[in-house]
Amino acid sequence: MSLNTSLLISILMALLIVRALRRFLDLPTRIPRLNALLTYIWVPGAALTLLATVFRWRTDQLDELYMLFVLASVLLVLARLRDYRPARTLLLALAPYVVYSAIELVLAVTGRELMKRYDDIFETSQGFALIWLITFVFIARSQKKTLEAERLLREEETKAKERIEAQNAELERLVAERTATLTTQAEELQQALTELKTTQAQLIQAEKMASLGELTAGIAHEIQNPLNFVTNFSDVSTELVSELEEEQQKPQRDAELEADLLADLKQNLQKINHHGQRAASIVRGMLEHSRASSGERQPTDINLLADEYLRLAYHGLRAKNKSFNATLHTDFDMSLGKVEAVSQDLGRVLLNLFTNAFYAVQKRKEMQPSINGYMPTVSVITRRGPDDTVEVRVRDNGTGMPEGVQQKIFQPFFTTKPTGEGTGLGLSLSYDIVTKGHGGTLSVETQEGEYTEFIISLPA
Amino acid sequence: MIKILVVDDETDVRVLFEQRFRREIRKGEYSFTFAYSGEEALDFIHAHASEVVLILSDINMPGMSGLELLKRIRQEYNAPPPVPPQVMMITAYGDADSRQQALQLGANDFLTKPVDFTALKEKLHAIGIHEN
Repeated sequence: MSLNTSLLISILMALLIVRALRRFLDLPTRIPRLNALLTYIWVPGAALTLLATVFRWRTDQLDELYMLFVLASVLLVLARLRDYRPARTLLLALAPYVVYSAIELVLAVTGRELMKRYDDIFETSQGFALIWLITFVFIARSQKKTLEAERLLREEETKAKERIEAQNAELERLVAERTATLTTQAEELQQALTELKTTQAQLIQAEKMASLGELTAGIAHEIQNPLNFVTNFSDVSTELVSELEEEQQKPQRDAELEADLLADLKQNLQKINHHGQRAASIVRGMLEHSRASSGERQPTDINLLADEYLRLAYHGLRAKNKSFNATLHTDFDMSLGKVEAVSQDLGRVLLNLFTNAFYAVQKRKEMQPSINGYMPTVSVITRRGPDDTVEVRVRDNGTGMPEGVQQKIFQPFFTTKPTGEGTGLGLSLSYDIVTKGHGGTLSVETQEGEYTEFIISLPA
Repeated sequence: MIKILVVDDETDVRVLFEQRFRREIRKGEYSFTFAYSGEEALDFIHAHASEVVLILSDINMPGMSGLELLKRIRQEYNAPPPVPPQVMMITAYGDADSRQQALQLGANDFLTKPVDFTALKEKLHAIGIHEN
């Protein structure tokens, strides 16, 4: 028993071809099922070998037949992979050789004569087919390389794209995060702003109440005086009436005395009325001061307003510090007439300026107690200013202000007083009232250690 | 006759005193002079040093206060002769501090507003007896 050696060699070759094909075309991933089948490429060969051995069928064409089968299988595989360019090229490379092999096989079986006659042609054809095959195999290889390179490039690109996308996503996430943070912050700021506005309103009200507190003592004193007169004049009037009654009982009535008594009575009633009015006007002023401002400008007697608040401020300070004393000096232009103003607002400004003035002279007196002849003086002067304006000047001969302080006095919350004594809102509110509320100006002139003068200028 | 100087920045005090003391004035017991500030009072005292027996002064006045006036009077007219004038302080602030301060500066008495004229008359009467 002898094996068909050439067939065995063919099987080996088939296995090699399959292996090469698998590697070259990456069959396991491209066509896994066909690839699995290719594993059994040896089976037909083995079967043929077995048949040949069993039936002692010896023929030279068996291996060629098997080879043709193998080549056909390869063609089939390549045909299935025709979309892949190197596979197509291989198909092209293999086709002439397969055709040649098929013809040769057919002729080998049917017409040996023909083959013998055209031996040269067949030889040439075989050589040509082989060269063609090899050439195109090389072409396929280079195509594969090119494709591989392209694939790599594409992969790179894809990776880069993915990286960029990942980065984009990350950036988007960051942006969203930042936006959320900013939105939260904006909301928080908005809330803080609302709270600040509320606080500001409360502070303004507190400042108003604080100035009212300063007023209270002054008001009490101011009311006390007229009330004392009311009491005294009514008491004395009762006495006068009794005396008059006594006089009327007398047999000899003194007409002159009676007339005197009646005149006095009349005068007293006028005095009572006068002082009652005085007290009433002070109470009215206090009520006006504490009431929320209507903001409406009305014709206001600036001289009267200044005088009233000067006294209130003075007595307010006196009530706190009884040893304090100051000369009040008023110099009013009686021809001013009335000025359009919100009297309670302007009253607050004046009160604030007077309170500051008294504070300054008091401070100077405390600082220089030894200086004899220092007379704390607070003056208020009304004048017609330039360009049809009315000026109210509040001047004190107190401590004055250094340059640094002077620049800041109209800023909210700036105060030179110890913590808890001043809100630091007085002058800033005054500034707003004069400028925004009345379209006027509020300015200051000062000399440290000498004087301070605030000038309210209002359009007449 | 007792000469009294009343010092107060409220001008209506004059009318009030003149009416309250009209009988006494008519009888010639007292004679009143009025000054409307500490400075004015001091000027008057300087001019009529020996005449004024009693000074009634308000404390709270613009310019020279009642207490300063008191201090000046005590400095200038401390030793007799002439007999130093009596000084009574009158104030709307009837607190212990003011009283203390006034007495310390040499006030003879301390009254609070509104003035109780009956009490004032009694005090004056006491001084009048003392004078006699």
